[in-house]
Amino acid sequence: MGSGNLGPVEQCRRRGANVMSEAAHIPMRRAPGGNLITRMLSRVISGRALVIAVPLVWLLIFFVIPFVVVLQISLTDAAIARPPYTPLFGDNWEFYGDLENYAFLLSDALYINAYLSSLKIALISTLLALLIGYPMAYYIARTEEPKRSLLLMLIILPFWTSFLLRVYAWIGFLSLNGVINNTLISIGIISEPIVMLQTDFAVYIGIVYTYLPFMILPLYANLVKMDVSLIEASQDLGASPMSTFFRITLPLSLPGVIAGSMLVFIPAIGEYVIPALLGGPDTLMIGKVLWTEFFNNRDWPVASAVATVMLVVVVLPIILLRNAQPKEPS
Amino acid sequence: MNRRGFFLPTAALLGFVFLYAPIMSLIIFSFNENKLVTVWSRFSTKWYGELFSDDQIMGAAWISLQIAFTSAIIATVLGTLAGLVLTRFGRFRLRTPLMGMTTAPLVMPEVITGLSLLLLFVGMEAFLGWPAGRGMTTIIIAHSTFCMAYVAVVVQSRLGDMDDSLEEAALDLGARPVRVFFDITLPVIAPALISGWLLSFTLSLDDLVIASFVSGPGSSTLPMVIFSKVKLGVSPDINALASLIILIVGVGIAIAFWQLRRGMKK
Amino acid sequence: MAHSATAADTKPWRDPAAKPFIKIRNITKKFGDFTAVDNVSLDIFKGELFCLLGGSGCGKSTLLRMMSGFETPTSGTIEIDGQDMARVSPYNRPTNMMFQSYALFPHMSVEKNIAYGLLRQGMAKPQAMVKVAEMLKLVKLEKFASRKPHQLSGGQKQRVALARSLVKQPKLLLLDEPLGALDKKLREETQFELINIQETLGVTFIVVTHDQEEAMTLSTRIGVMNEGIITQIGEPTEIYERPATRFVADFIGSVNLFEGTVDMAAPDAMRVKTDSVGPILVNPVPGLTQGQKVTVALRPEKITLSRTQPSGNNILHGMVEDVAYMGNLSIYRVRLDNGNLLKVTRSNRLAEQEPISWDQEIWGQWSNAAGVVLTS
Repeated sequence: MGSGNLGPVEQCRRRGANVMSEAAHIPMRRAPGGNLITRMLSRVISGRALVIAVPLVWLLIFFVIPFVVVLQISLTDAAIARPPYTPLFGDNWEFYGDLENYAFLLSDALYINAYLSSLKIALISTLLALLIGYPMAYYIARTEEPKRSLLLMLIILPFWTSFLLRVYAWIGFLSLNGVINNTLISIGIISEPIVMLQTDFAVYIGIVYTYLPFMILPLYANLVKMDVSLIEASQDLGASPMSTFFRITLPLSLPGVIAGSMLVFIPAIGEYVIPALLGGPDTLMIGKVLWTEFFNNRDWPVASAVATVMLVVVVLPIILLRNAQPKEPS
Repeated sequence: MNRRGFFLPTAALLGFVFLYAPIMSLIIFSFNENKLVTVWSRFSTKWYGELFSDDQIMGAAWISLQIAFTSAIIATVLGTLAGLVLTRFGRFRLRTPLMGMTTAPLVMPEVITGLSLLLLFVGMEAFLGWPAGRGMTTIIIAHSTFCMAYVAVVVQSRLGDMDDSLEEAALDLGARPVRVFFDITLPVIAPALISGWLLSFTLSLDDLVIASFVSGPGSSTLPMVIFSKVKLGVSPDINALASLIILIVGVGIAIAFWQLRRGMKK
Repeated sequence: MAHSATAADTKPWRDPAAKPFIKIRNITKKFGDFTAVDNVSLDIFKGELFCLLGGSGCGKSTLLRMMSGFETPTSGTIEIDGQDMARVSPYNRPTNMMFQSYALFPHMSVEKNIAYGLLRQGMAKPQAMVKVAEMLKLVKLEKFASRKPHQLSGGQKQRVALARSLVKQPKLLLLDEPLGALDKKLREETQFELINIQETLGVTFIVVTHDQEEAMTLSTRIGVMNEGIITQIGEPTEIYERPATRFVADFIGSVNLFEGTVDMAAPDAMRVKTDSVGPILVNPVPGLTQGQKVTVALRPEKITLSRTQPSGNNILHGMVEDVAYMGNLSIYRVRLDNGNLLKVTRSNRLAEQEPISWDQEIWGQWSNAAGVVLTS
């Protein structure tokens, strides 16, 4: 559409409102038939506002306000009651809240260690996922159809099967009399089974395994759009394949790398299921800590405090960092 | 591109082996007579029989399916509206907050989402009397909320690719904006709606953490039941369940890709 | 079929008493700091095939979209057949648009695409389908009625888009680069078909294009746009032979431009002194002062080439540097004695002069009437 280059007018148009919404703005000169009520209503509530309101209000109630509630509860104390926390406001709106729970978090090394450990585990898992996923994404991007679609299908298939069951699969693999140990023993490489379950190692495997498609797909999307002639030009100019990769391919694929890494790193920090099933009692991850506080200790206020800190210190900065990146069309 | 001859295909192959070995072992051992899932004795389908006669699992599966179906519909409607607003409505006052609210669930750790929603429901019950206790309704609300974010992404992408002069043409020919949406926009983005629905369905069916927080007595979902079983160790009827799910999904994806290839050939 | 008088025949714009069908007054469109259309005023008469011609970013598409209702003017008015279009939504305007990308609804057949506008208007289905059939006959696509857009070729899609935009018999049809996506041969055929359809139906057309050949072929009048303003409006011959500005002279066809100053004005001729080619004699132009800076525009086909020195005015000497043989004509680049390049074209008539070739000494001459004096 239009000549090849987008002039300033075209760019302005793209930024602005699409015609459909502007058309909905202009009050109809001849109001459509229908009774007085609908005509009056259409003057008060513009259709456009209604369409915006529906998802907005829903998200406000069921996504934003819950965070406020979490903050509130984090200021109360645990109690043997239903619900199991003391009220925040008294009969005359006296404020009973305090920062006791936060002080508690700071004082007990468990929590700080858990935050740090979560970051560490998430970071290492992301790097491992990148190392394993990049060659796979590159290979698929350079394959021709129809093999390429088949390979993509094979990558996507695990994603659509149950996350829980895929984690479960590793229990069978890693346990003391699991597949790996039994195979190694029967071949004769080891005589005693290796402890693999209930360790940090198992958690790494679990995270990399379940999040691998999230790393591969953005990488693939980026690599497949890459102009092959750039690589050919580099080699034509005398650069070795290694050098071409590090100087041309890798920098150009950086948006894909970042996108994939974000999709692995951020959720991995707050993971619960993987450390619960594959990790040990000394595998410290903040998601598990929160769960334990809530379900095992029935300490809703502390759990809320853990969540608030997690949100403010970890999640929000990452989201803001992500939004500060120049957007790449996906 | 045979310059990379050895390294790349090998690395890719190892990657695929890594991805599929555990799944394969799941399937293989679901046919193992021996309860010790990792020692092969002989072929048997008894675990499938056990699976289907397990009322707890079957009941939970039914509940999960109902929840997934309903949540997917709600999420698709909400996500489509959000996607439409963010793509076609240009600048309006609350656009940035809406954009933030629509993308945040994608990266929010599930424990936080689950906890916050539970606390909301508890608080709402205290103030408003609704929801009366947690159960399927609260799970549906929770799932719809985080699934709509995924639908919104898919819809935004499809709307962005779509030639918007199609909508202008319809307006030019005399159709009002609402008419244009149902006559033109919706049919053209229909594939995105379908994949959004499927995505929501899958995510809902698979969710453990959020459901654990917001469910109530009598509304245990399938993942919750599976989780309680596997916490105690390997369980072969779960292997059977896993194999069935993999089979269904595999067939579904194969059909989808086949349809896609047929569509592309036209 | 009797050919009733069309606007191309009656030329209403030459009649000062004629009432314009479309009145555009002081239309401005700003996007933030950027002014896309700057205070444009324009009259278009009923039955015209008017072309807005210009390069990308000149504002022609924005102007078109304001007429169809897809952009709201920052200021100014648009009147169509006496009705002010301010605050009239696109779906209520007596205009229809043919989009550059054709914008055919992919999930509807050709028939349903064309019928869409009629049905939205409230016409009953059987009645609408009759009109659709008529339209299909007009664009010669009767056999394609139940095909879907992806089963059509580019040329067929274009005709469906045209049919769809005409079936409601709008007062004004707006066409955005209608022939842009077609290949050269198809474009030529379609140009004449387009003119035929327009004259048969008597609909007023406004066409936006960047292709000056297209504008010259199709239009009753052309409006040349540059950077948001209309630099010249006129019939094709006027635009070509008497461009008003350097921009227009350079944009349409090829031209030799010589900068100079007015040297001497006499009743029968005027002399412009140039640094590049010496003095040039032109027909007298009123209203110029001695020493005023002007540009003389000279069309390449107006220069006569000869191997021997001719006599008379406006003679230049040089060597043929380049020859491009185009079949029906040849384009020469002559390196003049003072180093400047002169563009000359000459039609190739058989058995005439000897062919002119590279590195030959050559003389060029043109008449006083050939040079056009431009003040801007």
